[in-house]
Amino acid sequence: MSNETFADILAIVWKERKSQFRMRGSRMRFLMMLMSPILLATILPITWGPDWLAQVPPLAIAAITSVILVAVMVPESIAGERERHTLETLLASRLPDRAILFGKLLVPLAVGWGVSMIAILWSAVVVNLAHWEGEILFFTLPIALGSPALSFLMALLTAGAGVFVSLKAATAQEASQILTFAILIPPMLLQIVPMLFREQMKHFLDTVNGIQLLAIVLAVLVLLDAIVLLAAVARFQRARLILN
Amino acid sequence: MTEIAIRLENLTRNFETVRAVDGLSLEVPAGTIFGFLGPNGAGKTTTIRLLLGLLEPTAGQAVVLGYDTRTQAQEIRSRTGALLEHSGIYEHLSAEDNLGFYARAYRLPNSERQARIRELLEHMGLWERRKDQAGTWSKGMQQKLALARALFHRPPLVLLDEPTAGLDVPSAAAVREDLAKLAEREGTTVFLTTHNMAEAEKLCSRVAVIRKGRLVTVGHPDELRAQSGGPRVEVLGHGFSDEALALLRERPEVAAVAVQNGHLAIELHQETATSPLVSLLVGAGVKVEEVRRGKASLEDVFLTLMEEEK
Repeated sequence: MSNETFADILAIVWKERKSQFRMRGSRMRFLMMLMSPILLATILPITWGPDWLAQVPPLAIAAITSVILVAVMVPESIAGERERHTLETLLASRLPDRAILFGKLLVPLAVGWGVSMIAILWSAVVVNLAHWEGEILFFTLPIALGSPALSFLMALLTAGAGVFVSLKAATAQEASQILTFAILIPPMLLQIVPMLFREQMKHFLDTVNGIQLLAIVLAVLVLLDAIVLLAAVARFQRARLILN
Repeated sequence: MTEIAIRLENLTRNFETVRAVDGLSLEVPAGTIFGFLGPNGAGKTTTIRLLLGLLEPTAGQAVVLGYDTRTQAQEIRSRTGALLEHSGIYEHLSAEDNLGFYARAYRLPNSERQARIRELLEHMGLWERRKDQAGTWSKGMQQKLALARALFHRPPLVLLDEPTAGLDVPSAAAVREDLAKLAEREGTTVFLTTHNMAEAEKLCSRVAVIRKGRLVTVGHPDELRAQSGGPRVEVLGHGFSDEALALLRERPEVAAVAVQNGHLAIELHQETATSPLVSLLVGAGVKVEEVRRGKASLEDVFLTLMEEEK
């Protein structure tokens, strides 16, 4: 990536950072929205105790937090600009398509991933404060490495899906509704697939341990992210963004 | 810079069920203020989008500042300032931040950025309120800010979609003066759409009239007046019935008849006595209060052209 493209992306990031923080009426409301994951990361570790640091829930919290925050911010960033009639003027500027796309993805990604990481680290602090055992406890290595990776990859996947939805949505609300529906489909499928392939799933899970399973999930996500991101870059073109 | 700032050759743009721009061909000389006139839905906004490379033509070609809109749109947008149908102002950002963002987008160095923001905001009378969220401003103030943004990077071409819409009379006059100076002193080409014919007449050295995506006429406002505005009679009064108008249209010396703002405008083929026409009107039941001779304004020309196109 050239320095010029990087400077263009930073220009968008500068604007997005200011916009996202002021759009919802007040900084306090925005901070309240960000505080929700922190609350979850306080209550759950107290309930679980030290087991929290070696089990799946921190991974789930990291992934869900980043998905929700990105799913809220990306439609606002693209379809929201269209709704507020500022998108066309932005597209009439000299900024290249890719700089606009990456600039608009970077802020939600940074916020989603950053907040999920703060929540995870905070949950470790809570475990130590609530269940002090004479020494500082921390996540097991797979959880410590897996949660940031899973959180980032899920955030990226959601952001890519958000771009597709925003290409055709007239308003941020419409984009957000479609994206929420799209996010809910994979968990629903995951409920059905084990019922259909119970034996095969059981056999598969018997042959892999938790670390291997996590690695497989991350590898699949890397592949999906690459596909969605490349497709988003190809589809994010000025002519497609002007709907009327 | 090329002598011709904008060249359109048979430019056409179709949407699913509509042909918004239909074989449009015209040239805009560099350094001029060019008025692009037409009724709502005539294809003005689509043309501006095509010029900026925001839409691809279905057929034909548009060359802006020497660059083809299909393949070199990025070059065009780098050298163009635009004020589109909507002001495009970020309402939750301050005026300073709105301009600051576009300064970054156009890569103005830090040292120059603040000075330029101050220069433009002071000139527009907005400097004192630069920290306010732009959303708290009146539409007119937002429009001024949008104009400042379009001019921020000193582009050789500005595309303005109704630049004085929403401005009060003094502000609109100030904007017109600025645009005139811009074209005169800096050689900037201004391509603007407007519904305000008086504005086009005062400001533009050339105007084009389009209807349903097709070019109706193009030329200097005086030329257009001379073309379609021969001798003219304006009748003030009331009771301009369809029957009276139909009788007038049958007269050989009458070229066109239209009721505009409650007045009757009669275009004549040549200078002729008005008394027979007035007698005809009175006979048809029209209450005539005043009769004026005169030349057609650009608005009259525009309305006549629209009438003829029907």
